[in-house]
Amino acid sequence: MKVPYACGSQEHLLARRGFLGTVAAGAGAVVGGLNVFSESQAMAELASEQKRVVVFNMHGGLSQLESWDPKPGTDTGGPFRAIPTSVPGIHISELLPLTAQQMQHLCLVRGVNTSEDDHGKGAYMMLHGRRQTPASDYPTLGAVVARTVTPADPSLPGHIVVTPGGSGGRGNDAAYLGPRYSSITLGNGQPPQNTERPGALTPESDAARHDFRRKINERFLNRRRTAVADAYAYSYEQALSLMQKREIFDVSKEPAADLERYGTHDFGRMTLLARRLLENDISFVQVSHSNYDTHNENFNFHLEQVAEFDRSFSAFVADIATRGMLDSTLIVVLSEFGRTPNINQYYGRDHWSRAWSVVMAGSRVARGAAYGKTNANGTAVEDGQVDHANLFHTYLQAVAVDSSNSFDINGRELPFADPSSHGIPEILT
Amino acid sequence: MPLDIKQAAVVNDWAHDRPLTCCRFDRQHRYVFCGAQDAGLHRFQLSDGAKVTFSGGHETWIRALTSTLDGNQMLSGGADGKLAWWDVAAADATAKPVRVIEAHKGWIRCLDTHSGGTLIASAGNDGMVRLWNAADGALVREFKAHDRDIYCVAFHPSGEFVFSGDLMGQLKQWKVETGELVREFDAKELHSYNGGQQVDFGGVRGIAVSPDGKFLAAGGLYKATNPLGAVHEPLVQLFEWESAKLAKSQVADDIKQGVLWRLQYLADGTLMGVDGGGNGGYLIFWNSEGEKDIHRFQLPNLARDMDLSPNGLHVATAHYDKHVRITRLGPA
Repeated sequence: MKVPYACGSQEHLLARRGFLGTVAAGAGAVVGGLNVFSESQAMAELASEQKRVVVFNMHGGLSQLESWDPKPGTDTGGPFRAIPTSVPGIHISELLPLTAQQMQHLCLVRGVNTSEDDHGKGAYMMLHGRRQTPASDYPTLGAVVARTVTPADPSLPGHIVVTPGGSGGRGNDAAYLGPRYSSITLGNGQPPQNTERPGALTPESDAARHDFRRKINERFLNRRRTAVADAYAYSYEQALSLMQKREIFDVSKEPAADLERYGTHDFGRMTLLARRLLENDISFVQVSHSNYDTHNENFNFHLEQVAEFDRSFSAFVADIATRGMLDSTLIVVLSEFGRTPNINQYYGRDHWSRAWSVVMAGSRVARGAAYGKTNANGTAVEDGQVDHANLFHTYLQAVAVDSSNSFDINGRELPFADPSSHGIPEILT
Repeated sequence: MPLDIKQAAVVNDWAHDRPLTCCRFDRQHRYVFCGAQDAGLHRFQLSDGAKVTFSGGHETWIRALTSTLDGNQMLSGGADGKLAWWDVAAADATAKPVRVIEAHKGWIRCLDTHSGGTLIASAGNDGMVRLWNAADGALVREFKAHDRDIYCVAFHPSGEFVFSGDLMGQLKQWKVETGELVREFDAKELHSYNGGQQVDFGGVRGIAVSPDGKFLAAGGLYKATNPLGAVHEPLVQLFEWESAKLAKSQVADDIKQGVLWRLQYLADGTLMGVDGGGNGGYLIFWNSEGEKDIHRFQLPNLARDMDLSPNGLHVATAHYDKHVRITRLGPA
């Protein structure tokens, strides 16, 4: 006999799909929380083709002047020159010679003004599309994409963060969407923690214990079916699937020649991993590149860091394009803010959010374009000013999600993106 | 005037309109030339401070300067990889460089003039050391010296060797005649890697040989607890010439935010370093006996480069506050 959910709501009948816990210690054991939500319109917005999003997070604050919006020859320009790109009329920093050859795929958004110079607050705004307030928390772009773009009941998580350092595990970044959409962190690009069967456990005995668990679960569910129990059982099955597909997270399976092209440094390896994950239909991958918080010797550090980025990123964009994935993949390069036009006494640049750049590519984003304009020495936006909320809407719209829609969370409508803002139609095709 | 560092005093102070990056006297001691955060070469006449800005040599910042031995020409190395020759005594700002060559891929970070006057050494981000004919700009010799950016290049006073030091604290001695590597000095204390910030930092920023030939000094920074935030301290690694062993690590107590941008020896064997950082600008002096400085002279502003005059009694310093200053190393 099936026992109805306590409230008997339709929402709860769907709740088992809204749950995924953390892959915990042991043989893929999963512990998670409950996320209750209605059959939202989001799933209906799934495009016929699987969409994907990859975000390159230039941690610390990439200098727009040493990357996408150079101002050579001005008092703020620094020592680097601007170089032409594959798109006539668009110039970027000489630190990006390889990326310049991929400009036909890219869209530079040069008029970003987020008016927030604090690392934590700026990062929150750029990844959540809204300011954090004491009374509310919002899901990250990765969680929203995983929720709105990932097919129902995926065998793999839809929200992956690849970052230097860190031990791996589950993030806490999905807010009211629940842990199913929280990120799984691949620290140093390593596969998720605890996804290998312990050596002491034979495949046969492992299978037997899972069979036993399923039987017990089934017996329990037949008598006392609840959302929590359903979700608990589901999360075990996804963890098992993740263990079986562990190789997807193993970048060493990629050809050595590709790693050479991407660069043998950590960022090259992690960017190649991002390609591998996207090719295996992970909906959202975020790769961090650290560190750009260059209050001291900005130019030396950008020489070092941007050269790494240029090699890996250009190879990635070229591969996504040549493999026919660009129409279905949104690529974003962002930071928490840019860096001051003023060069300080240490040859450094400080935090600057009033006139900086974000780059997008793929999916519905205009290609070979530069939108927005800063003034001659880069201190202010002159044309096409946008902020974090505009960008967040645009990211979603680029992957065919109606950003004006809302999640239905326990009967509360919670907008995908800041309802007081809108996307940037000029850069969407 | 006798040399007396304890009576050092700023005697001239001339302003440009952009922060300065480097400075050198001409060897006839008529002018001091400066690079700045612009593409010009700026000449200040020592007698009255009259400034002339020359253009046409570089597309972007000048990072390195050296005078020819006869003092008739000044060479500038730019972040554009170009090496330019200029007539020191050109009449006015309309003068263009004598020649400009594409010398390096990426920044030229350092130049030096051979004691025989015939060669100029250049080095930069491409890891190459190149030796040029000072008279006609012909490439005489080149060799791949380092895998990472070369921060400093300097000839041995004998003219037999040239040194190169890089970001990673590698300090190498080469034969000028052949480009053959002679030996390496272990200056890795001048390099740091910050795992949290994921950056290589530091490097060999100054190289000098003592007048008696007994020591090779390499300068830069250490204790880089926050490279991106300019928290690091000045450091000299003093090597015995014969053995290439580290003789002393020389420090400057209480300067918690600084880096040595250049080292030079005074005629009496005192080592002088120019320091710039969060604690301001200093000329710091060491003898070969101790680890701590024997004297320091605080400059009015953070310094980025220095040059000892041909008579050994004056120091020019290039500053962030757009000024070039002349400090006298002795009584008035």
